[in-house]
Amino acid sequence: MNSSAPLPPVLVEPGHSPGRDALHRLRQNRLAVAGGLTLILLAVLCIAGPWVLRATYQEQNLDLGATPPSAAHWLGTDTLGRDLLVRLLYGGRISLGVGLCATFVALTIGVVYGAIAGYVGGKADAVMMRLVDIIYALPFTIFVILLMVFFGRNIILLFVAIGAVEWLTMARIVRSQIMALKKMEFIEAARALGFGHRRIIFRHLLPNAFGPIIVYATLTIPAVMLLEAFLSFLGLGVQPPMSSWGTLIKDGAEKMEEFWWLLVFPGGIFSLTLLSLNFLGDGLRDALDVRAAKD
Amino acid sequence: MLRFVLRRLLQTIPVLFVIITATFFMVRFVPGGPFTSEKALPPEIMKNLEAHYGLDQPLWRQYLGYLGRIAQGDLGPSFKYANRSVNEIIGAKLPASLELGGLALGVALLIGLPLGVLAAVRRNSWLDYLASSVGMLGICVPTFVLGPLLVLFFAIHLGWANASGWYDWTDRVLPSLTLGLVYAAYVMRLTRGGMLEVLNQDYIRTARAKGASETRIVLRHALRGGLLPVVSFLGPAIAGILTGSFVIETIFQIPGLGREFVNSAFNRDYTLVLGTVILYASLIVVCNLVADVVQVWLNPKLKFE
Repeated sequence: MNSSAPLPPVLVEPGHSPGRDALHRLRQNRLAVAGGLTLILLAVLCIAGPWVLRATYQEQNLDLGATPPSAAHWLGTDTLGRDLLVRLLYGGRISLGVGLCATFVALTIGVVYGAIAGYVGGKADAVMMRLVDIIYALPFTIFVILLMVFFGRNIILLFVAIGAVEWLTMARIVRSQIMALKKMEFIEAARALGFGHRRIIFRHLLPNAFGPIIVYATLTIPAVMLLEAFLSFLGLGVQPPMSSWGTLIKDGAEKMEEFWWLLVFPGGIFSLTLLSLNFLGDGLRDALDVRAAKD
Repeated sequence: MLRFVLRRLLQTIPVLFVIITATFFMVRFVPGGPFTSEKALPPEIMKNLEAHYGLDQPLWRQYLGYLGRIAQGDLGPSFKYANRSVNEIIGAKLPASLELGGLALGVALLIGLPLGVLAAVRRNSWLDYLASSVGMLGICVPTFVLGPLLVLFFAIHLGWANASGWYDWTDRVLPSLTLGLVYAAYVMRLTRGGMLEVLNQDYIRTARAKGASETRIVLRHALRGGLLPVVSFLGPAIAGILTGSFVIETIFQIPGLGREFVNSAFNRDYTLVLGTVILYASLIVVCNLVADVVQVWLNPKLKFE
């Protein structure tokens, strides 16, 4: 090669990393920003609120009974005279906690499973993905219900059971990402350097699939929270005196004829959280321009 | 096409087999049995009961016996309802659940499809925004919030319908709306997305160039392709509607199989739990099969895979 011709001087523009570009695009999306801020606000309230209000979720006042919203109790009290706002904040800790933990379980299973299927490929991949297809077709909620009924309603089991149901789509997304990435040159280079499979998967492939993973994880949280609330509504989730938003909605639905606020506020805050999570997830998807995560 | 259907049918057999086996053993390995109650039964009676229902035999023999009976379409006797077979109970409770599920699916399609098509055709109009926000709300307000709210407003406040019960057609409206609206939202979003993708394709331009009217283009040319995402969603949707009806049946006090299933799990009524799971799993597997076949029929590209 003849390299005597001088290269034209390159005008270096201040660089933009893809991450910063994505952040910029996310900031442009007003709904996503609003969703994110709402979530931060809710999280802070749920974590700090009960300390500030100096009340516990089981503090009863039977003489007071159920009262509509007032200056003393902003969101009213339930039939046992417990402050609804305090109960909502405590419930939020559980609901958000379940959402995060169960999503983490689902994320771990899905990412590892999908990465292995995509990386190994061939027959193993075909069998693994066929299995995912089959599980997809099963009435899995029914199995979660059975698990919760039979093995006591403990909260760890709840995380695992929900996580075990929600990992499938994550596995599909990660697999398709890995399949595309593994044919690229930098992976060939990693192989040529003699790196082990584990190192290639976890250090080279997965970080590049980070975008879709984060997007889908954001969208899994509302699904998980819905499932938890669904179970709590059937009386299978969190047990009293603890309460998640699901159990509060259940209580509210039973007493709504006389005490509307017991249904409207828990239902409202739960829907608001789901809405915020969905807006944030959609915004992230557009910002990171992830097509694979669209299904 | 026939070969495809047959192959898929054959694939469902191992799936159902795995479901039956997994549920059978899961149900048996849990603490507590159908006859454990607060008052301990005398040991002789316990023995008699277990002998009567075959629970004293080794597990593998119970399992084989159960498989044999299922093969003949017999789901066995209920453990909790004396002298009633699981077949009878399912026969009595299933119609209400199926009716509710069918109506909800109807609501989902009748609202979701037209809204989705309109939103795609009038892209970025007020109609599109309205449909999108309604869709987002539908996804974010879960059935167990929407149901009680609808009852509160229409049944208690306005008095237009009964708050619960399952007698005449007015009792059908609120439950099927509650269950169907969420799926209407999904169907709407999927239809809109599918239609937008199809409307950009070359064959639509060709149809336009040939002077076909806009209505004809949308209904005859685009809809078939635009419906694909909706069809592939139908399998999961039907599974969701079936399990979602557990909550709806509880809210509206509908005598359906969903409520019976949750109760039977609480009561450790092994045979009824098993029977219901098998029935739901088969229903869902069959619906998935139908959805797959329709998908291939709509999209000739898939035939060669």
